[in-house]
Amino acid sequence: MEIPVDFATLRVIWWALVGILLIGFALTDGFDMGVGALLPFVAKTDEERRMVINTVGATWEGNQVWFILGGGAIFAAWPFVYAISFSGFYLAMFVVLTAMILRPVGFKYRSKRQDPRWRAFWDWALFVGGFVPVLCFGVALGNVLQGAPFRLDSDLRAFYDGSFLGLFSPFALLCGLLSVSMLVLHGAAWITVKGEEGPVAERARRIGELAGLASIVLFAAGGFWVAFGGMGFRIEGLADAAGPSNPLRGAAAVREPGAWLDNYGRHGWMILAPVLGFAGAALALLGLRAKSAWMAFTGSSASAVGIIATVGLSMFPFILPSSVDPRSSLTVWNASSSHLTLFIMLVVTIVFLPIVLAYTAWVYKVLWGRSTTAALAVNPDLY
Amino acid sequence: MDPAVVDLSRLQFALTALYHFLFVPLTLGLSFMLVIMESIYVMTKRPIWRTITRFWGTLFGINFVLGVATGITMEFQFGMNWSYYSHYVGDIFGAPLAIEGLMAFFLEATFVGLMFFGWDKLSRVGHLFVTFMVALGTNLSALWILIANGWMQNPVGAAFNTDTMRMEVESFREVLFNPVAQAKFVHTVSAGYVIAAAFVLGVSAFYLLKGKYPGVAKRSMTVAAAFGLASSLSVVVLGDESGYALTDNQKMKLAALEAMWETEPAPAGLAAFGIPSMADRKTHYEVKIPYVLGLIATRSLDKPVEGIFELVAKAEDRIESGVIAYGAVEALKVNPNDMAARATFEQHRRDLGYGLLLKRHIADPRQASPELIKQTAWDVVPPVPVMFWAFRIMAGIGFLMILLFATAFVLVTLRKHQTKWFLVLAVAAIPLPWIAAEMGWVLAEVGRQPWAVEGVLPTFLGASSLTVPQLLISIAVFTLLYGALAVVEVGLILKTIKRGPYALHDPAPDGSPEPEAAVA
Repeated sequence: MEIPVDFATLRVIWWALVGILLIGFALTDGFDMGVGALLPFVAKTDEERRMVINTVGATWEGNQVWFILGGGAIFAAWPFVYAISFSGFYLAMFVVLTAMILRPVGFKYRSKRQDPRWRAFWDWALFVGGFVPVLCFGVALGNVLQGAPFRLDSDLRAFYDGSFLGLFSPFALLCGLLSVSMLVLHGAAWITVKGEEGPVAERARRIGELAGLASIVLFAAGGFWVAFGGMGFRIEGLADAAGPSNPLRGAAAVREPGAWLDNYGRHGWMILAPVLGFAGAALALLGLRAKSAWMAFTGSSASAVGIIATVGLSMFPFILPSSVDPRSSLTVWNASSSHLTLFIMLVVTIVFLPIVLAYTAWVYKVLWGRSTTAALAVNPDLY
Repeated sequence: MDPAVVDLSRLQFALTALYHFLFVPLTLGLSFMLVIMESIYVMTKRPIWRTITRFWGTLFGINFVLGVATGITMEFQFGMNWSYYSHYVGDIFGAPLAIEGLMAFFLEATFVGLMFFGWDKLSRVGHLFVTFMVALGTNLSALWILIANGWMQNPVGAAFNTDTMRMEVESFREVLFNPVAQAKFVHTVSAGYVIAAAFVLGVSAFYLLKGKYPGVAKRSMTVAAAFGLASSLSVVVLGDESGYALTDNQKMKLAALEAMWETEPAPAGLAAFGIPSMADRKTHYEVKIPYVLGLIATRSLDKPVEGIFELVAKAEDRIESGVIAYGAVEALKVNPNDMAARATFEQHRRDLGYGLLLKRHIADPRQASPELIKQTAWDVVPPVPVMFWAFRIMAGIGFLMILLFATAFVLVTLRKHQTKWFLVLAVAAIPLPWIAAEMGWVLAEVGRQPWAVEGVLPTFLGASSLTVPQLLISIAVFTLLYGALAVVEVGLILKTIKRGPYALHDPAPDGSPEPEAAVA
């Protein structure tokens, strides 16, 4: 079969598509997780908590598929990245998994019994299900920026030198906290959009403002650390963009402090990503102050897009550099699926992603309207 | 590879997959039963059918959420625990998983919220459409997962690429229309329908025994009897074994579940009973039914069914050829332009996986002695007694289910819903199809051993480079967490059943006339 798009182009398209899927995850499931992390702090009574839970009650399940699909897309498009990152970060992934198992169950089972201890338990499960994955994703990205301690043998089997606690370096923790503040801001903005006006929204705005400020400060601090903290990798010589997906063949990567800024020098427009990260957070702060829910939500969304795009653009073409054996580093050019698989998956995505977006929009439209405490009394279906 | 890491990884996969499949089949079947019940509501506009739909929908929701939660584990476990597998076959195996998310899981998960929360926001037909989308999504989900699993059983449409040291897709069409995958899909979803029907039948029978909610129970029983009869016939008639004639490993699976050591001349008989022994390589106290196996396995009376000894002898030849392929790959690693090595590889490529089987016993398969090859050839035999009994339990329950639903169908047609002995049986039968389904997966996956991907990648090579403590932690926490969730789930299901169909909605007494206005 003649494949109408060339290999190198497909590799770049898939780099962008995986980025879009991860951003989709952060924008949709991100506010669910932010709401979960905020739950015990913005809502005090059972009625308030139910009101908050029902701001995401009917849609978290669909939103979570962005996470599942992100995993599946990485598997399909970059089998190396899926194989090496998930096993290399084994215990961290496992912690994420247990938290993500508690979350669906928390939504569904909390309302099934009146017992306050039962409900309090699931409230904390929902908190863990929101806070822990968000923290871990940030920590993981921090480790990716610093390089992960793996090496490949000639069969392309991966071996690891790192430990679980080794993942929590100061820089990685900073990334984790940035991720938490970014999505807590997003969750707080969502509560003001979808929840009812009153003490809960008031608390959400207050915590949201703190999270917005923290996002700006941590994003700036992270930026300086990336620029001057000795991080960065670079490909020696010319990479073969259409070469075989084999990290041990072709141009080798080396450690190069400061190299994560290379792309901004070459492509000035990329600076828009960090600008969006800051400007979005600032807009969200303004929106929270002005009690304009949609301004806050637009701002928090833009900020998440900007921050995630910044990480991706800074590292391009690297996906997962190796700190112990830079030659083993995974890049857009050496870690992808075959030409045919990338093409087929692109066709499938072009056909189905618009359909998904269309029916998701329809479902949101049908469920339009604020979650209120008054509705809890009359609608037995609510959580 | 540390053998303990491989064994623990297999244990964890088996535990989490079997646990996941406690919830999935009920979701698969109950979603379509909800569509049937709600269709009757839409057509008749009788409120009791809405009550019925919402009651089983509540139970569906409690079960559905655990299927989703434990499914996340499945999606990530390949990378976490089977890292080399993920690299080696990810080019083929990753695609169906991603498409499952995009095409199926999005559908069911996006609409399931609306199914629960949209009763007052949608028209009757609109809501039925939403319920149907959930059912369609769950079943499409099964299709893509079974295409992925079917490829592990019969890896068509792909070839090893020496430049990337992995399998790559050659024909996506062949992967999609893999006959093993198609057979598996029909068989597996039918099993799910049987499980859901047995659940609805059993719970309805429980109500009738207690004399509670007869209106809801009798109607539910009628739906379950019809749906269950069709599904139980489908699950047995369209069984999985239609693909068993295709490959050496599938033939071995068949020989193992029959404990058939010697090749059977046509038409082969089926062992009804026996005690297979791996040590003696024979089956003691065998009782055979003539003709049946030939019919099942070859769909004919004139083709022989190959036995374990013959298949092992074949494997020995393939290992010898695989060693040559392995040598060529090693030469191509050093010099990708070695034309002689490439030609050798092309000739022996289909046996490369068999060469890799030797790595369990020796670091470099090229050094293997003829004795070692002879010994390794027996690695291709899965544990025969496990296969033999798992098959008999699964198939036995399959036939019992046909009997159960046929009886139910007759009783329901004669309007004899209150037949007490049958109601007791129906309640007792609830767990049986679950046992059969789990046994089915044991057959499929234990029967595939020693392969992760048949003829391509031995299981022991697929594991990640993890440590024993890492695996002990994850297995221990999974066991505790899954155990606790199972207790909670069963508790909530029992509580919901006890509270009955009128606990949340439609506070009208069962069977009493209700004004149309209450329908909304």
